[in-house]
Amino acid sequence: MSTRIVDTTPSTLELAKLLGLSPTEYQHVCKNLERVPNYAELSIFSAMFSEHCSYKSSKKFFKRFPTQGKRVIQGPGENAGILDIGEGWAVAFKMESHNHPSFIEPYQGAATGMGGILRDVFTMGARPIAAMNALCFGTLNYERTPAIVKGVVKGIGDYGNCVGVPTVAGQTLFHPCYNLNPLVNAFTLGVVRSDEIYLGYAKGIGNALVYVGAKTGRDGVHGATMASKEFSSDKELERPTVQVGDPFTEKLLLEATLEAMKAGFIIGIQDMGAAGLTSSSFEMAHRAKTGLEINLDKIPTREPGMAAFELLLSESQERMLLVTSLDKVEPLKTIYEKWDLHAEVIGCVTQGNRIKMTKAGTEVVDLPVDLVTEPLMVDRPSSPPVDLKQRWFLDRNRMLVASLNSKFQSLMEEINFSSPEKLISQYDSMVGNRTLGSAQDDAAVIRVREMGSKEIRLAMKADCNPRVCWLWPREGGRRAVAECAINLAVRGAEPIGITDCLNFGSPENPEVMWQFSESIEGISETCEALKIPVISGNVSFYNDTDGKPIYPTPMIGMVGIIEDKLPLPKSHFYSTQLEIALIGPIEGGLGGSLMASSLFKRECGQPEETDLALLERMLKFLQRLRKKKITHSAHDISDGGLVCSLLEMAFHSPFECAGVELHIPEKTDLDRFLFGETIPRIVIAYDSIERGDLENIASQAGVSFTYLGQTNDTSLLMIRQGGAKILETKIPELKTAWEHRWNKFFK
Amino acid sequence: MKAGVITFPGSNCDDDVSDSLKKLGGFEVEKLWHKDTPDLSSFSLIVLPGGFSYGDYLRCGAMAARSPIMEKVREFADLGGYVIGICNGFQILCESGLLPGALAKNLNLNFICKDLVVKVETNESPWTRSIQRGEPLSLPIAHGEGRFVIDDVGYQEMVKNSQVILTYQENPNGSIHNIAGICNKTKNVFGLMPHPERASDLRSHDGLKIWNSLKTQLGLVT
Repeated sequence: MSTRIVDTTPSTLELAKLLGLSPTEYQHVCKNLERVPNYAELSIFSAMFSEHCSYKSSKKFFKRFPTQGKRVIQGPGENAGILDIGEGWAVAFKMESHNHPSFIEPYQGAATGMGGILRDVFTMGARPIAAMNALCFGTLNYERTPAIVKGVVKGIGDYGNCVGVPTVAGQTLFHPCYNLNPLVNAFTLGVVRSDEIYLGYAKGIGNALVYVGAKTGRDGVHGATMASKEFSSDKELERPTVQVGDPFTEKLLLEATLEAMKAGFIIGIQDMGAAGLTSSSFEMAHRAKTGLEINLDKIPTREPGMAAFELLLSESQERMLLVTSLDKVEPLKTIYEKWDLHAEVIGCVTQGNRIKMTKAGTEVVDLPVDLVTEPLMVDRPSSPPVDLKQRWFLDRNRMLVASLNSKFQSLMEEINFSSPEKLISQYDSMVGNRTLGSAQDDAAVIRVREMGSKEIRLAMKADCNPRVCWLWPREGGRRAVAECAINLAVRGAEPIGITDCLNFGSPENPEVMWQFSESIEGISETCEALKIPVISGNVSFYNDTDGKPIYPTPMIGMVGIIEDKLPLPKSHFYSTQLEIALIGPIEGGLGGSLMASSLFKRECGQPEETDLALLERMLKFLQRLRKKKITHSAHDISDGGLVCSLLEMAFHSPFECAGVELHIPEKTDLDRFLFGETIPRIVIAYDSIERGDLENIASQAGVSFTYLGQTNDTSLLMIRQGGAKILETKIPELKTAWEHRWNKFFK
Repeated sequence: MKAGVITFPGSNCDDDVSDSLKKLGGFEVEKLWHKDTPDLSSFSLIVLPGGFSYGDYLRCGAMAARSPIMEKVREFADLGGYVIGICNGFQILCESGLLPGALAKNLNLNFICKDLVVKVETNESPWTRSIQRGEPLSLPIAHGEGRFVIDDVGYQEMVKNSQVILTYQENPNGSIHNIAGICNKTKNVFGLMPHPERASDLRSHDGLKIWNSLKTQLGLVT
């Protein structure tokens, strides 16, 4: 048996390595402290220097993001970013990953991910009013996939539904690269008075440091391996280390905290998220350039006998740390008690930039704040994959040999061309009475009820195309932003900001670092072109399946604003007597297309670059269309190309008999026309009398307009070229298959 | 006239219903706290809103039914006061015995959120008096435990007294006899799973028909 290690045991390099610190980091700590940290202190460094908390491999790339804009009130670096929406109101939003916990325990992993992002938003004083999620799962034939899908969806639903925040949109996709590493990215948006925003500052010497919310348990402390090696003396350590979510407590914490803020009882506040009390206390002191004294004996615990390092690293959910003045302590406690929650003074704000903690009368921690909050950055090598040219080879000959029907059929059997209805209906998408339209529209739209008669509407969307990101990360980054912008614009919204959730493999892999920096470049270029600031974000590295990195998945969450009172354009065929036109290039690129992947069973080809100038013109075109009040329905062309977009517009039509007759212009490359995925291309449907006006608006905006055909009541998809029928298929049959493709997961 | 909307811990439609009653006009809306025991005699309507009272950790509504304010609600209802329970509020009314039957997990075991159509079974109630019998209403549902269950004797009793107010056109959750909303024998207490407050100024306006019936009953509309 090894000697039992306690909080005050002096650390060694060996112990530091076990906790994940590099020798350089450990020496840096010892040199600056002028002593060896004890075990409790070492635990603090281990958590705060982890990639997850320190962003040590990624931080230098963030300088590239455009973060300025006329609406920006709070950019990256806080719990969430904040944008001005006018009339004294603002929105706070952020997206975060909870990937690894969701693989180990899908239900709790997804639920606690939802809980964390909700707290990030209401910590700032904003009432959460909408949520989105972006989910990437492994393939259907991987045995664990159904259980992961069911668990994740139920976890998100049970948490969000209970707290009463509607899940209004999302993206769900399947690919084998996520078999052992699903992605669960959760987005939350809240609304706040722009002069009532709260930040994570431990301000005011002498002020009280207050712990509120659930009690602290041993969940989430360190890695399980470490714990069992060093401390295993009894069965106590077989306890699961996954955090457990309690949405009911979250709801109480939300209401109590917003009530305390309204009463003016809070000065600074932060969620105890990753690395719990450690990160919240050090970060709050760091921002305010103050120190803290904490009495660890005051922390409400779920069980007796917890060591300092456990109290410091616990990731028990639904807890917050806040600062208030001494005269507000009692009224603050009264509010939390009204909501049946604990509020406990655990320390105070001090002068000087040190945090000291005692336990049972002994000082267990005495550290300079900046040494903890300013870890050494790591310069990781980066290089493009050696086989990039092979990845970019697209066998056009083989594609041309395949019949149109076989290409079409392979798409129609694609798991990624499916109705998300069975999943979406498990989320309350309407609580709050703000949701307009359906969760299947191009982008979700909600109204900001709080603004009364000055009410505006917000649109939001989460998007990423990992196939394109893997083939060409820079284009993948561009496309994630571009597609969100188009999705918002077809709903009549003007994009105002994004949050990102950058999911990648191990940063120790040079190819992953290349993917990372290239994706950031693509995101930044596109945001600059469209003048959309990045206001918050999150990085998740070390996402691997069988030692292979996941496809780079820089998920983008975009928010747009609709300031007029006009009706929202639809994304489906609202009549069976409409004309259909294509806006944008007639043909699209096949590199990285869903059709190419489903035909060749692998990703291939160089994706065509998004024309950012054209993208800008396209957004202008959609805005003018709206200003001219031309009734229309619009849908973007992305996965599966034009043919899938048209089918989706028919599937969502209230008319079961909705059919489409399509005339392909002469001399058009069929594959590129029907299945190409170049951004931006959109389909619009309108009453025939509007055609002249539409052509004019298109030519003024500098986008091409191509008449394609019309809708009818034949319930057929009929495609003709030069008079010849080249494809004819029954839409209702395709719809049934599309609706039931996810039956394996949900009854 | 005063309408009281009760907030239980975990209620999450209390603001929605307050907001829609304010927009409707005619009511002065007051939020009530579940731990209080106020005199309700000055109120014309008490609303038990939707949500997840006590997290639905025990049976839905079972804990909230034992909140201090529920004694006052019972007295109010016994004197003929109008009480409506929506979704979780319906569950609380069943758990407190103010309405017969119980609400069990949906047949497919999933939470279901969707717009659907319910049929008005009777207009001989304060809640439907301005609506045609058989009229379809488009209302959203959002619940995991909305399958109404009752024994046959209880059901016959309800039929005899015309207590079945709303039925689903397409049953989403396995409710017995497609029941979506019921009232007590004296018809002053109404529980329903669909959310009329979410169909008052958005999505559909059919929820207004229920509120307007009650306003007519209260003499707010002539």
